[in-house]
Amino acid sequence: MDALTETKPDAVDLQAEFADSGLAEVFDELDRDLVGLVPVKQRLREIAALLLVDRARAQFGLSSSSPTLHMSFTGNPGTGKTTVALRMAEILHRLGYVRKGHLVTVTRDDLVGQYIGHTAPKTKEILKKAMGGVLFIDEAYYLYRPENERDYGQEAIEILLQVMENQRDDLVVILAGYADRMERFFTANPGFRSRVAHHIDFPDYSETELHAIGERILGGMSYKLSPAADEAFNRYVGIRMTQPHFANGRSIRNALDRARLRQANRLFASHKPVTAEDLVTIEAVDILASRVFSGGIDSYPPLRTEKPA
Amino acid sequence: MRITQGAFSFLPDLTDEQIAKQIQYAIDKGWAVNVEFTDDPHPRNTYWEMWGMPMFDVKDAAGVMFELNECRKTYAGRYYIRVSAFDPSHTWESLRLSFITDRPAEEPGFALDRQEVAGRNQRYTTRSYAASTKPEGARY
Repeated sequence: MDALTETKPDAVDLQAEFADSGLAEVFDELDRDLVGLVPVKQRLREIAALLLVDRARAQFGLSSSSPTLHMSFTGNPGTGKTTVALRMAEILHRLGYVRKGHLVTVTRDDLVGQYIGHTAPKTKEILKKAMGGVLFIDEAYYLYRPENERDYGQEAIEILLQVMENQRDDLVVILAGYADRMERFFTANPGFRSRVAHHIDFPDYSETELHAIGERILGGMSYKLSPAADEAFNRYVGIRMTQPHFANGRSIRNALDRARLRQANRLFASHKPVTAEDLVTIEAVDILASRVFSGGIDSYPPLRTEKPA
Repeated sequence: MRITQGAFSFLPDLTDEQIAKQIQYAIDKGWAVNVEFTDDPHPRNTYWEMWGMPMFDVKDAAGVMFELNECRKTYAGRYYIRVSAFDPSHTWESLRLSFITDRPAEEPGFALDRQEVAGRNQRYTTRSYAASTKPEGARY
């Protein structure tokens, strides 16, 4: 009872705690940098609120067991899972739930060995490296290969589960992958499902969101779209979204990278002195040259050479 | 006889929490932390057996504590275990910190051998009992 009779505050101002922890900046940054993703941001705020409340409870001497923070991120390609994982590490670090706040990104290759007795040391090596921070396992469902019963992935899973359970204070594990495959992965490994407290689904971006992402990417590189190019880009996004192999934000970034290539080529081929305005402006022709407009799929490297119109 | 080698050896044995703090200090300085063990604590026995690789890219003491505990599972109560921190930076390239974390249940200490040599001179040698109780080839 000593803990309860010690001097303790009458009330804890959660808002002040929030401001002190520097979380407000992180969330502002999150809102500024990441377009859309409303359910994800909502969930992040909930987790942050829970951790703040837990900290306040600890100040009153109320029991606060350290919460399970392992997460799974599911969503289509290019929906920002890795970006959010990086922010997650920072948020948890600000809240004091991970001591170092670094992110270790791994895939199956880094965890699973190639011969008997190779997997355990490899997995442990990665776990050691990630301790005090966040371990991000991309395409986590590859760890489990039901078609091969002698697959070493199972061994890696067992070690992971053990550490996730016993050293919850030392590291946070985030699993990421496509929704349907992750679902199968969790069904086959019920131990994982129960140890992962937060299942966060990343929705696909809408057309306006993709457009906003494109503008942000260009803004970051000091480029801008001319009004005609803007209209062309809108149409591009609309067509590209309906095509196969569409990877949300990543496709947009690739498309813009190709537009930059065409712009550079156009400026170079014009044999005229260029102004600063020329250098930053992407014209409609740079975008309209994309194969998307002629019914093809825009891919890189291009399958055939195209001349800008 | 209680062996006093490395840092902190005149203090009571460090708790795990204190060990973790020392390790974190070493990591924050950019030193690579190693776990080592031996059955022969002779002061001239500089190189102990290493438990695994030096941990160059571990950022948090929890990772080293994990290995230390693995080492304890095998050798606690029988062998000496120490943690050492290696500074890889140019011009140092050597150990900066080393301290014993675990001792065997019984520390037999050292014997002093005297050798009579020419001219009534004497030469002295210390020999650790721990290393001499077990036959050759069964020590490690």
